[in-house]
Amino acid sequence: MAAGAINAAAGVNAGPPQDAVVALADVDIAYRLADGGTYVAVEAASLSLRAHEFVAIVGPTGCGKSTLLNAAAGLLKPAAGTVRIFGAPLNGLNAQAGYLFQQDALMPWKTARDNVAIALEVAGTPRAQALEAAQAWLARVGLGTFGDRYPHQLSGGQKKRVGLAQVLIRDPKILLMDEPFGPLDAQTRQIMGNLLLDLWSRDRKAVMFVTHDLEEAIALADRVIIMSAGPRARNIGDHPIGIDRPRDASDVRLDPQFHEIHRAIWNQLKAEVVKAYAEIPA
Amino acid sequence: MRIGRAKLLGLQALVAVAFFAIWHVGSSVPIGGVYFLPKFFFSTPIDVITRVWSMFAGGKIWGHLAITLWETILAFVIGSAGGVLVGFWFARKPLMALVFDPYVKMINALPRVVLAPIFMLWLGLGIWSKVALGVTLVFFIVFFNVYEGVKEVSPTVLANARMLGMNERQLFRHVYWPSALSWMFSSLHTSVGFALVGAVVGEYLGSAAGLGYLIHQAEGVFDVTGVFAGMVILSAFVLLIDWLVTLVEDRLLVWRPQSAAGQN
Repeated sequence: MAAGAINAAAGVNAGPPQDAVVALADVDIAYRLADGGTYVAVEAASLSLRAHEFVAIVGPTGCGKSTLLNAAAGLLKPAAGTVRIFGAPLNGLNAQAGYLFQQDALMPWKTARDNVAIALEVAGTPRAQALEAAQAWLARVGLGTFGDRYPHQLSGGQKKRVGLAQVLIRDPKILLMDEPFGPLDAQTRQIMGNLLLDLWSRDRKAVMFVTHDLEEAIALADRVIIMSAGPRARNIGDHPIGIDRPRDASDVRLDPQFHEIHRAIWNQLKAEVVKAYAEIPA
Repeated sequence: MRIGRAKLLGLQALVAVAFFAIWHVGSSVPIGGVYFLPKFFFSTPIDVITRVWSMFAGGKIWGHLAITLWETILAFVIGSAGGVLVGFWFARKPLMALVFDPYVKMINALPRVVLAPIFMLWLGLGIWSKVALGVTLVFFIVFFNVYEGVKEVSPTVLANARMLGMNERQLFRHVYWPSALSWMFSSLHTSVGFALVGAVVGEYLGSAAGLGYLIHQAEGVFDVTGVFAGMVILSAFVLLIDWLVTLVEDRLLVWRPQSAAGQN
């Protein structure tokens, strides 16, 4: 490793810090296969997320990054290890977290406004009040006039904006994002990245952002965690990103510091990507 | 393929005109001294239309239409309600679905006509034996669709709803129910059609009123004109009901990218 500023692989097996919002310790996640065997997707992964911290998890395809995120959300129960949220062991779903999915997650039978409002209504907010708040959030994500549209009448980027409003209207303490901008085109991704940074900078929620795009990770995050290739994937690198905020998700890519960080992390990631492809028959 | 609305209607009318022309010529113009479509077996289009007209003008048809319509509505409502209830129940309780699976398949495979005599024994010659026959047809269509609808809810939509904090009751109301309804409405044309089939077949096999009864009566006295007149009225009736269903569907499935009605 050439870059001295980046302490690659540091802190991987150190205990979680005292102020950890999310702490995964020695987590194994296994799936039962159709033929009766088990597939160990993630083994002995440990990572933590501090308050107000934006962490990106990057790794080759099929490395179990989304699996790890699902464990933090409580959607998946790890086979071994512990998941702690604000110091307390996670039991069932993580009620402190908002989750933005990669695939379409909006209810297709509800309008954009109803999709956002329902997030408040389920918690008991009166409908009129929830609709008003939903309209305000739609305006905040740039869809003020799109409230009456159904999801199928929105573009991919617009659906993601509605999803973002739906998650943030509940004001969760933790934001879990599973390649949320993965299906979008390159320009839309950068615009969405800026929208996310803008919304995030208001109260700096703890964010766990899974992506396969290293550039996106560096542009957005305070810290980039690298996962090894699966099966039995685990986190192998932890790189702080020292680029000043506020950032612009597209302009930051022209910054010399960005290139230096990118080169250092890519050296580590490349080896894993090659490994991942070696195991997938083309 | 794009085709103008007027042109399409013109072509559709042309099919009808050709059909009636062949029928008319075959039944009223002797070719080489022989009628291709003898009146006794095929009647003539003019006779049939005159008969339809006199049935409506005489007013006796309205009572029969009302009976058939009433039977259709009852069969549809009862069959749908049963299908929705059982469909939900099986989809949410997989053990039930597994236990009853062979029986459901068995009853569904049974030609429903054979049940008609039993229903007649149990429920008499009035409307209820026809409703029962329609119910057995509608129930399975709605049941299978609701069952699929509940099971096929997108896992992402479901996980998202859970992460938004929905409890079981809220999941039912905001996720399972709309999904099941959309599947049920996508089969609306089929299930309404089957409700009508149940009613007419039931009437045909034994009754004192309804369109099926009229056709059966005409057939009993070799009145082919009467049979055809009954068929024409039945077809028009089906078209009317189908159009009403399309209207309902367009209203209920606005959120769909391309409702089935949009493709008609």
